[in-house]
Amino acid sequence: MAKATRAAFGETLTKLVEEGVDVVAVDADLAGSTTTGKFAEAYPDRMVDVGIAEQNMIGVAAGLSLAGRTAFTGSFAVFGTGRCWEQIRNTVCDSNLNVKVCPTHSGITVGPDGATHQMLEDIALMRVLPNMRVLVPADYAAACAAIRLAAATPGPFYVRLGRAVVPEVYDEGFTCELAFANVLREGADVAIMACGVEVAEALKAADLLAQDGISAEVVDVMSVKPLDEKTIVASAVKCGRVVTVEEHSVYGGMGSAVAELLSEKHPVPVTRIGMTTFGTSGEPDELLAYFGLDAAGIARRVRETLGK
Amino acid sequence: MSNTLGAQQARTDVEVALVANRLRHDIISMLAEAGSGHPGGSLSAADIMATLFFANVLSYNPDDPNDPDRDRFILCKGHAAPALYAVLAEIGYIPREELATLRKLGSRLQGHPDCHCAPGIEVSTGSLGQGLSIASGLALAFKQDAAHAGEDAPAKRVYALTGDGELQEGQNWEAFMFAAHRGLDNLCAVIDLNNLQIDGHVTDVCSLGDLCGKLKAFGWHVVEVNGHSIPELRAAFAEAAETTGAPTAVVAHTVKGKGVSFMEDACNWHGNAPSAEQAAQALAELDEAQAALAAACKEA
Repeated sequence: MAKATRAAFGETLTKLVEEGVDVVAVDADLAGSTTTGKFAEAYPDRMVDVGIAEQNMIGVAAGLSLAGRTAFTGSFAVFGTGRCWEQIRNTVCDSNLNVKVCPTHSGITVGPDGATHQMLEDIALMRVLPNMRVLVPADYAAACAAIRLAAATPGPFYVRLGRAVVPEVYDEGFTCELAFANVLREGADVAIMACGVEVAEALKAADLLAQDGISAEVVDVMSVKPLDEKTIVASAVKCGRVVTVEEHSVYGGMGSAVAELLSEKHPVPVTRIGMTTFGTSGEPDELLAYFGLDAAGIARRVRETLGK
Repeated sequence: MSNTLGAQQARTDVEVALVANRLRHDIISMLAEAGSGHPGGSLSAADIMATLFFANVLSYNPDDPNDPDRDRFILCKGHAAPALYAVLAEIGYIPREELATLRKLGSRLQGHPDCHCAPGIEVSTGSLGQGLSIASGLALAFKQDAAHAGEDAPAKRVYALTGDGELQEGQNWEAFMFAAHRGLDNLCAVIDLNNLQIDGHVTDVCSLGDLCGKLKAFGWHVVEVNGHSIPELRAAFAEAAETTGAPTAVVAHTVKGKGVSFMEDACNWHGNAPSAEQAAQALAELDEAQAALAAACKEA
């Protein structure tokens, strides 16, 4: 059954404790929405709700990690990375602490809450930080894997989770390693590199493009930092043209990371699809279509770039 | 207050004051050598640091900075790094000669403390306002550890040293609220109230108002002391250790630049290192104070 990536958060933490992993959660009055509330029901002593105080949330998580815990932080992505960015930089990353920043409600698929609550700059903010690793899971199973990977790997992580239900891309029980990119569909004319909710849209776009005789490869760039350089470069070499898609600003996000890599390792034309403005209110599907981030919008841009 | 780790010397108040004098000596010497840094706030904190580390307040192992059973000290006001480095040298965690490398390329002693460089630094600090949250997380974990251990052994304690200008940062008040709500009685915040920040006196730039009243209203146990009186500081930390159900704030009235006449209560000495001549004068004054303390020690 398709679920939101946020649903993986509280559930996976609960399973990790059952498996003997010393994880704790620190949230900022959004336990119901982020699903850390479910974790708190199972393990009340392992959940710390600091109230509406994201900077303190990061500091308290840092302190818990210094005492040996693996600390996961919640809140919404806009507050959980933006309001406390400097705390993440100077306390968590500089000290290389075992803090996993896992806020939910990233991107425009937050929906009706509108622009102030739709975080479009979080990948950029997190990926510039030394010691920080950035994972953007495509679906519920990938989110479970990302949280497990973060728990098992010492040091800071950012796992980008979303509010909206997203189609299944991976089977339950899926696992992955750091620097993971995955060719989900082989193609020859263009490589569509996507992350998060855009992976499912890119797969649908590839179907639409096939109807026009365009062979599109689809690559899930789940690990934005570190990048799976081998897989990404190989796909660029094979297709000769790359289109990136993310529900994030085109400035500094996954597309930028891919463009940076390819400009150094194997320059090919890269088209970045993403956001250049703030979002607005609407249902997730409506917003994806409105901003050209649904399958039809992606297919349209790919045809344009190919001159077809 | 008992110190259970390693062997710490029992010192009289005058002996602790002598250690503080030595810390000040090291602070001036290393800053003069570095050519930049923060003398004022390092000197104001010297007696507080000496009492915490050398009057059997903090429990730590002089032979092992990473002893898991140690209490924790968080230097929220990271610009007072020279005071912390002088303490690390006094304990023996780093060689005293290394203090001369402060702020230089390749040194373990950065301008603000970096926890990966030198032993005895719990976490990187320097960005004001973050330390108290970290200390709160640690204190919460230690209370939970103690509860789970199911023994009568008290939770490990956490001491956080903040500035007063630093309390203008809102995150501190998030942490004050949180620590009181969680009843973190193993947490002690020391506020180095020297009433100076870079742009002037705190009371002129943006006054903290009735600080003690605010802290009490936030649910903290508050002890107000002369931050240069070793016996008063000792008594305050003893009171903090005996206080249950609430964290303790030791509001320590200090003089910025304390111990060096021309640096005292002068805001231009927040972030300027002394010249060689100024350092010589400062060290002469500290030598004089040291001689007086040594004489008092002898009399006692």
